[in-house]
Amino acid sequence: MSEVKKIATRQSYGNALVELGKKHEDVVVLDADLAAATQTGIFKKAFPERHIDCGIAECNMTGIGAGLATTGKVPFVSTFAMFAAGRAFEQVRNSIGYPKLNVKIGATHGGISVGEDGASHQCCEDFALMRSIPGMVVACPSDDVEAKALVEAAYEHEGPVYMRFGRLAAPVINDNPDYKFELGKGIVMREGKDIAIIANGLLVAEAVAAAEKLAADGIEAKVINIHTIKPLDEELVVAAAKECGKVVTVEEHSVIGGLGGAVCETLSEKYPVPVKRIGMNDVFGESGPAVALLAKYGLDAEGIYKQVKAFV
Amino acid sequence: MNTLELQKTANEVRKGIVTAVHSAKAGHPGGSLSAADVFTYLYFEEMNIDPKNPKKPDRDRFVLSKGHTAPGLYSVLAERGYFPKEDLKTLRHLGSYLQGHPDMKHIPGVDMSSGSLGQGISAAVGMALSAKLSNESYRVYTLLGDGELEEGQVWEASMFAGHRKLDNLVVIVDNNGLQIDGNIADVCSPYPIDKKFEAFNFHVINVADGNDMDQLRAAFDEARATKGMPTAIIMKTVKGKGVSFMENNVGWHGKAPNDEQYATAMEDLEKVGAALCQK
Repeated sequence: MSEVKKIATRQSYGNALVELGKKHEDVVVLDADLAAATQTGIFKKAFPERHIDCGIAECNMTGIGAGLATTGKVPFVSTFAMFAAGRAFEQVRNSIGYPKLNVKIGATHGGISVGEDGASHQCCEDFALMRSIPGMVVACPSDDVEAKALVEAAYEHEGPVYMRFGRLAAPVINDNPDYKFELGKGIVMREGKDIAIIANGLLVAEAVAAAEKLAADGIEAKVINIHTIKPLDEELVVAAAKECGKVVTVEEHSVIGGLGGAVCETLSEKYPVPVKRIGMNDVFGESGPAVALLAKYGLDAEGIYKQVKAFV
Repeated sequence: MNTLELQKTANEVRKGIVTAVHSAKAGHPGGSLSAADVFTYLYFEEMNIDPKNPKKPDRDRFVLSKGHTAPGLYSVLAERGYFPKEDLKTLRHLGSYLQGHPDMKHIPGVDMSSGSLGQGISAAVGMALSAKLSNESYRVYTLLGDGELEEGQVWEASMFAGHRKLDNLVVIVDNNGLQIDGNIADVCSPYPIDKKFEAFNFHVINVADGNDMDQLRAAFDEARATKGMPTAIIMKTVKGKGVSFMENNVGWHGKAPNDEQYATAMEDLEKVGAALCQK
């Protein structure tokens, strides 16, 4: 087996911005003193005049993005998820969401795979926060291919989009010729009828690996990649519930209000089945190597495998 | 417009404010009235705008960062012809497009939704930055309350504007001296305001009487002539200006007049109007 290529989706974000910048003059990238970490530095190198460093002032940066959008620019406001969704929440809500301005929020360093920086920087609340804003699209890509496609789709979408990218290198799992990205449309990664595993971001690859382990035990799991948490692909989620009878959600986020929350809201109204939410169980993370943290909190393939097996 | 015409127009704007807030049975008359003159100056003299084409790309922009004084903005927009003056009576009513705070999606002439203090100035900075990026010549004006200066985001935005030398940006501070809980000097003093903006690399203009059209004209002319840095116009005003019982009375920050008070207020303004007609 050849070695799987790995790339952090934050790097995909930076690369995708450059491609977008080449095609569209109205693209402006904002950052808050994190260009090296968010990887908007790649864009800065290519288009220095269209890269605006706002300094360490995320609330103001968010408002500047709103102002730029009123004049027809398409700003990509970039910082860590903790600050984009957390610190600047009310600016996103009132200056971007309420007037439905065409601002794209590129939030990197989401989830606990931030690693050593610890709980203060491990944002596991952003899906819940951003999902609660009317009209906001919320997405989290699983790999390099999907991240680039998302950035492109976000540009084409008229209105605010929140994109969460990761710090840790993620295996490339979507490099097949049939791959097609559409906002709001989930992707079936693996067929199975015994249980449906719905995941997003970095944990899609872990869920697929967990499904392979389950298969060895005679359990066939359907694995769905829900890259767009809002609007949720309700049709696919309901169909999976009907087909499998039980659903597991997997995300690098609190079990409250994120993908698990969204899936439960939909299923409880449209097709109630037992659901197990795998994520951060209403706790803060901690410092440590990303891979070890994922294992500790049961978010790696082994952890998912064990929890699904106990639930199925 | 000459000074007298501007004064007469500002008086009409004040009538619209009092009428709107009375009809709404809620709203913020005090800070709307203190800024009625600057609203009038901006929309009738200073800004390049077209009420028939509210979104024309090269227009000057205005962001009401102190969004709670929407009655003032709406009244001047109506007076300028963006929408019927009669509609002011629907302010804050269920189903009306005249929302309690400025809503750019539904109100002709409103360039930015605002109301959460400290946020409007950032949007204005973004607009001014956009003009610089695209080599466009439009100018951007934003009006802040003096109490609003207590919001940290104001200073984030000011630092950025000064750093970027946004000389197409004018930040106006309505220094009426009062906020909900009392005198701004007592609650959490933002003074000295001028020195703060100077420290953030603004050209600062102190206006001794922001309810005086000639002083406003001089200030905005000076702002227009200022190159290489943004301008802050700090204008001393009277909260509730023009309505005798509201002047300098913090109780009228966010309260509507009853029918009797409304009649008194309109009488006050009719007298001012009549006096101006004698000039």
